[in-house]
Amino acid sequence: MDSADQIKQQVAQAFGDKSPLAISGGGSKNFLGVRADVAELSTAGHHGITSYEPSELVITAKAGTTLTELRATLAEHRQMLPFEPPAFSDSATIGGTIACGLSGPARPYIGAARDFVLGCTIISGRAQQLVFGGQVMKNVAGYDVTRLMTGAMGTLGVLLDVSMKVLPVAETEVTFVQQLNVDHAITTMQSLAGKSLPVTASAYHHGQLYYRLAGSPAAIKAAAAQLGGDATDDNEFWYELREHKLDFFNQSDMPLWRLSLPALVPELAFESKSATLYDWAGTQRWIFSNADASLIREMASKAGGYAQLFRADKDLKKSAGVNHPPAAAIMKLHRNLKREFDPEAILNPGRLYAEL
Amino acid sequence: MSQALFSEPQTPLDESVRQQLIREFEQLLPAESVLKDDADLLPYESDGLAVYRQKPPIVVLPETTEQVQRILTICNEHKVPVVARGAGTGLSGGALPLVNGIVLGMAKFNQIIDIDEQARTAIVQPGVRNLAISEAASDYDLYYAPDPSSQIACTIGGNVAENSGGVHCLKYGLTVHNVLQVKAVTIDGELITFGGTAPDCPGYDLLGLLHGSEGMLAVTVEITVKLLPKPTSTKLLMAAFDSVQKAGDAVASIIGSGIIPAGLEMMDKPAIIAAEAFAKCGYPTDAEALFLCELDGSEEEVEAQLKSVEALIKDNDVTTLHIAADETERMLLWKGRKSAFPAVGRLSPDYYCIDGTIPRRHLSTVLQRMNEWSNDYGLRIANVFHAGDGNLHPLILFDANIEGELERTEELGGKILELCVEVGGTITGEHGVGMEKINQMCVQFGSDEITQFHAVKNAFDPDALLNPGKAIPTLNRCAEFGALHVHHGELPHPELERF
Repeated sequence: MDSADQIKQQVAQAFGDKSPLAISGGGSKNFLGVRADVAELSTAGHHGITSYEPSELVITAKAGTTLTELRATLAEHRQMLPFEPPAFSDSATIGGTIACGLSGPARPYIGAARDFVLGCTIISGRAQQLVFGGQVMKNVAGYDVTRLMTGAMGTLGVLLDVSMKVLPVAETEVTFVQQLNVDHAITTMQSLAGKSLPVTASAYHHGQLYYRLAGSPAAIKAAAAQLGGDATDDNEFWYELREHKLDFFNQSDMPLWRLSLPALVPELAFESKSATLYDWAGTQRWIFSNADASLIREMASKAGGYAQLFRADKDLKKSAGVNHPPAAAIMKLHRNLKREFDPEAILNPGRLYAEL
Repeated sequence: MSQALFSEPQTPLDESVRQQLIREFEQLLPAESVLKDDADLLPYESDGLAVYRQKPPIVVLPETTEQVQRILTICNEHKVPVVARGAGTGLSGGALPLVNGIVLGMAKFNQIIDIDEQARTAIVQPGVRNLAISEAASDYDLYYAPDPSSQIACTIGGNVAENSGGVHCLKYGLTVHNVLQVKAVTIDGELITFGGTAPDCPGYDLLGLLHGSEGMLAVTVEITVKLLPKPTSTKLLMAAFDSVQKAGDAVASIIGSGIIPAGLEMMDKPAIIAAEAFAKCGYPTDAEALFLCELDGSEEEVEAQLKSVEALIKDNDVTTLHIAADETERMLLWKGRKSAFPAVGRLSPDYYCIDGTIPRRHLSTVLQRMNEWSNDYGLRIANVFHAGDGNLHPLILFDANIEGELERTEELGGKILELCVEVGGTITGEHGVGMEKINQMCVQFGSDEITQFHAVKNAFDPDALLNPGKAIPTLNRCAEFGALHVHHGELPHPELERF
């Protein structure tokens, strides 16, 4: 029996027994969401790159393929996963990456995980093996179930393989640093991408604005002359930011919140009292705070955004919920879709929202 | 011919129900917004795929969200189907009316509500034309990137429904990559906001799911799109080759080298000859294939890329290589490509446009097979190709006045789409399934996937009232078409009667 059949059989068994499963790839993001204390379904054994055409910018890999292996293969052809997904561990897999739907520093400029998925094979909660999308960039046959799976935390299906669009690595990347106050930084970061210049990341932390330019050396030089700031040879900053290896992320045992907000939202009241790091041109904010969860969510909502309890102990995650609660009508559609893909609610119950 | 389109018998709307609906709609809308007479209904009997026609029993033209909510509530109460329609430019019969349902025309939703220069977003109503967004944003040096060929006429609401592409989508993405938020009304009349202006809306990507859903999940009433800064520099190269293979190899070498052109459009010999005769744009008519390669960005970036691309093209046995000297010439070279459809139209009384996507490496094989079929069927084919992303548009030339020629054209078109699936591609890159490609869905997907698609619709529209019968075939239909993928020798739902 091959590894896909094993996964399918385990889901079929669980479907028959109505006994839930907790899906795991490399276990690198087990901390994210509320993981049910039930039997584990591992996709780690289902690994390998099944096709890769550099000149067509498309790669397909089985869910258990590690990000490390994918990145190494792409790097041989000077290509990359454009949404710069965080791994958080060498064991991280592409299945987990797409299921979690997290994206790195390039997200506002290049796109998110959901922007680069092209197709997938899943095992549904009925233990059916289903293929959606494809290996081509333009494809509007049938509903876009692949995007629906991205960020669904495995609650609609177990990903068996994923096809993605990849992009070339830029010829050169240079990081620039500038001293600014927070208000000025937020407007500056937003305006950076308002010109036809090759900005691919911007973040603000400890009074310093960081931004990254990518392209030909001549283009970077010309853009830097317009934008200002001091060039550094430290591109590691973005890797450390993506992987939460900056000192910022080790400074506190308080709950770590991830806020996503519309462009140009000024510093929120509780941010000034908390350790805050601004990524994604200020639209993603990492905040250590003991403030009341409902207060944080209210402030995020008022500003037009969302607050996710990214890292915290399980009790708080259970009581406060991890993900920002959606409007009632949206939650109803979530329940309906869950019922249609996983009628016995055996796949990652409660991982995304307590009631799913 | 539309009667034959539906495998299930279509029972016309009962006249008493029709009269009742008209009364209810007329209480809600001004009389001129409820169309019920043949002369008024005629313009709505088809969309851009004019070979399929069906006169709708009623057309309503609301202008507020509340009216849309009420109309859907009324239809839900009467269990009457609703076909939403934008400008009617769609090429797959997605807005083809139903004999038993109303057409919900969204043309009066034509306001640009707001453009936020700093945030670089625009809030628009669904009936706003695609190009009108870029025109309005132009004052701020911004534009809306997806540019389907019909952009002067097609609406943004229709673009969301079809997930429209365009010639620049290799670099700038499809509609789904450029829309931040959609407000839409479900069949029970509820107004729901999908997505948002903050990144990574929590939970399932319902915004993504709405894109390309062909009006089958909800009716869009407001859209927030992302705007991009206009590039400061744009250059266009034209490269011609003595074989399609060499042109394809040159494209592969450009992308393989790490350059993502803003546009990369290929044409084969029949398309080149037709376009040149029509637009007199300077295409070499002795070439077997040519492509236009557009580079955009900052002056310096474009300069650097232009040098690399020139060198790569020369390495691939180019016969003619030309860089547009100025903006006038650039627009002229584009005019040839953009008028390829009408240009081909002049060669023949009718033409039929196909929309498959293939992995680019199979281009020569696919073109060769089409050539053989073209001879077998006695029907000429010209090809335009979004070479960057593998989206192929064969144009089959035919004469509908010759008996049986339309049917043979459709059969040939179906074979071409099935070939696209065979080489690892898809039956539709950007035109949608609609009514046109519904049989080929049975080739691309197995019965379990098709059943799951119906389940997705069921989550939104349990009585299947929004554009029913489009985009996703019934299993019955696939069984009749003879292309149902049967797993383990068993038909799904063996309890159901077939044929």
